[in-house]
Amino acid sequence: MGSGILLLTAVEMANLSLKPENKGKTFVLNAIDLSEEGLAGLMKYLRAQVRKMAEKKMVWLRQMYAGRADLIENGQIIDEYIFDVMNVVRPVTTMESAYGSNLIFEAIAENQGLKVKIFSQIDQNNPNKPWFFTNTSSIPIHVLNNEAKLGGRILGFHFYNPPAVQRLVELISINENSAEIKDFALAYAKSLKKVVVPSNDFAGFIGNGHFMRDSLHGIAEVEKLMKDFSFVESVYMVNKVSQDFLVRPMGIFQLIDYVGIDVVRFIMAVMNPWHDSEDLHSDLLDKLFDMGVKGGQNSDGSQKDGFLKYEKGRPVGIYDPDKKDYVMISNFAAKCDSYLGALPESWKPWKAVNFNKKKADILEAYFGDLNNAKTVGASLAKAYNQRSNEIGLGLVERGVGHNKDDVNTVMLTGFFHAYGPINDYLK
Amino acid sequence: MKKMSKKIYMAAGYNTISLGTGRKEFNPKKPRPGLEHYISEAGKGTLAQIGGAANIDESVIGNFMASRFNNQGHLAGFIPMIDEGLKFKPSIRVEAACASGGMALITGIKNVLAGANTVLAVGVEVQNTMKAIYGADVLAGAGWFQNRKAGHAYFFPGQFSDRAGAYYEKFGKERTRKGLSRWYANAIKNARLCPTAQEFHNSMPDPEATCFNMEPNGKSFVDNLNVLDCSKVSDGASAIAILSEEGLAKCGITKKDAVEIAGFATSERDITQNPTDLTVMETIRDAAHKALANAGITINDLATIETHDCFTIAGVLAVEALGFAKHGEGADFIAEGNTARDGKIPMNTTGGLIGWGHPTGGTGVHQAVTIWEQLTGKTGDAQIEIPAEKPYALSINMGGDDVSVVAIVYKKN
Repeated sequence: MGSGILLLTAVEMANLSLKPENKGKTFVLNAIDLSEEGLAGLMKYLRAQVRKMAEKKMVWLRQMYAGRADLIENGQIIDEYIFDVMNVVRPVTTMESAYGSNLIFEAIAENQGLKVKIFSQIDQNNPNKPWFFTNTSSIPIHVLNNEAKLGGRILGFHFYNPPAVQRLVELISINENSAEIKDFALAYAKSLKKVVVPSNDFAGFIGNGHFMRDSLHGIAEVEKLMKDFSFVESVYMVNKVSQDFLVRPMGIFQLIDYVGIDVVRFIMAVMNPWHDSEDLHSDLLDKLFDMGVKGGQNSDGSQKDGFLKYEKGRPVGIYDPDKKDYVMISNFAAKCDSYLGALPESWKPWKAVNFNKKKADILEAYFGDLNNAKTVGASLAKAYNQRSNEIGLGLVERGVGHNKDDVNTVMLTGFFHAYGPINDYLK
Repeated sequence: MKKMSKKIYMAAGYNTISLGTGRKEFNPKKPRPGLEHYISEAGKGTLAQIGGAANIDESVIGNFMASRFNNQGHLAGFIPMIDEGLKFKPSIRVEAACASGGMALITGIKNVLAGANTVLAVGVEVQNTMKAIYGADVLAGAGWFQNRKAGHAYFFPGQFSDRAGAYYEKFGKERTRKGLSRWYANAIKNARLCPTAQEFHNSMPDPEATCFNMEPNGKSFVDNLNVLDCSKVSDGASAIAILSEEGLAKCGITKKDAVEIAGFATSERDITQNPTDLTVMETIRDAAHKALANAGITINDLATIETHDCFTIAGVLAVEALGFAKHGEGADFIAEGNTARDGKIPMNTTGGLIGWGHPTGGTGVHQAVTIWEQLTGKTGDAQIEIPAEKPYALSINMGGDDVSVVAIVYKKN
């Protein structure tokens, strides 16, 4: 856990150490993991990623090492830079190494009790009154602050996965935070070249606040379709509607698989007690989890099977809980596609839209056609977009996001949507 | 320079593909052919056209940096690998950075002048063995190593970016970039006509506008050139036979299927000195004019030219060095279409280094093969018309930043 955050922070610290004004200063980043095996993997990952990053900023690196007469070729400079970054990091398996730190960045599993225990232990043994940044995606920060008795020295710093690639960071401050910790967090996130969106301290914040409700809508749509279709057919259709008809990078069930069915279920469980008027829970996710269908990523970044079965990263099957096996999509796709109807003529896949300079025009034309379309697929898509819109507006109304733009930025940047949930495309 | 003591010909040229980004079959994550494959394919391609290895007296192989790209020195030993018939025959490897191929041709010509009847000349480089950022270190070996520390991350793009910057300052940036962009577009359009070219599959809708609109970015690359202004990283080899009259007869090649070497010259600049004027290619000028004088012709007798456009600015400076445009007017000359395949003096008709590719040690031989094809009508879709009153062609192969230059004048038979 936390390898991407470690990478970004170690690189930033090494970059700072290379600046003339910091010459002679020692920068230390304790990388704590309870598993030796985990640490070994972490260091291997770090070394490989730093090399990739170094290769992309060679012009800058040659300037930074201009004073080193012994480093002449790019290859020599890259090797030295990797050494300098790795030299910042102290891989350790003991918590005691954090007892002298000034800043603790926590990125363990989304477990409230464990987080509180670790924060308390460090804080009670650390005389520096350290700051705690927590990469929590759903647990309210004020709860962690109160239970660990941190006196406002904690702030939510929610990276999106993978942190080395994803540009979004949600910063979640609480009333007890000092201006200094908030300013530092903002400066730190910006120095990592992140897009920072402030979020208020409501369980789930903006990103998961939308994603969890969006997922529950998809699951509810599956249950409706199951009156006339099998489970696998219904999942296929809702996934297709939420990807193709809504011009998103992946369908809702592929996204749940990407995050992990177990993780989504867990986040819902964390969020649910804080939302009296809603039930953020899915029996279907419980059922799949109990059957060992979890999704998530393999250590090499490839997709594990979940709702969907993947071959070379592409969905090829859908899990049938009754058969306890995957049914190949090719067996029923034609029937479902025919039921949904054709995509509007102006449709283009997400990839062709999201990076297109004329994205706004393309989407305007597409949604115009979608609004006029009479197909089942178009109806489901319009309903999906309507719900996404309501979720987004709800996040602003409840004060989770400061405004519409912040909500849309999270979905555009963190989820790579081509358009924000709060849009005027619905007619 | 003395006239040649006997007639020399080139024939039986062969180019492998130039493999690298742009070719559909190129996948940096998958294993690719190595040096052995390229040397063998090119060599066999030529031997098949001359009646086999028995007709070869000697061989020359030009290569720049296999010692670093492939951890392989001693390339002369690969010549007998091409064909068992080359075993125990003389073979030599020559090196002059990116002019290694040209230097292989010159060595072959001199061998024929010295008594050999048929020389096999091969040029090869396999560079995609490492990422470009590390390849830049290797290619920097074409400059003076003592300048490497102060040099750019991308050493040679940095050198030619400085030349482009000096040219912009002296003669105007927009005006110059119009010429550079047209040079790029010509290269791509010509390469699309040549199946072995690295840019053969290029389908960019408007290469000229794309190049013109791509502002150079010194933070990630160099200050005054964009990536389209640069030749790519290439793997490839070329081979050609260099023959005497007896050699032609022995190999059964008619003169119409061969080109005559009308003149040649090589010229060298002190590698430890900076260029006198960044906006002038003085070694190219020197070598080209010596070769033309050696052939007894002027630029007005040339039907086509293969020039060393490792960067678009090198194309502009070559046009001026040759005398087709006055100093400061080379970019205009190109922008007006004069170097296009239907222009006054078609240059780099199969794409040159930017379009066809630049397997560094192979480039000089590739240029000779292209000219042999054009003058003997074997260029396929890329064939240009060779006017009867202009039976000559010229190749200019440069090593380093205008340091080693090989210029050869060819005549249609």
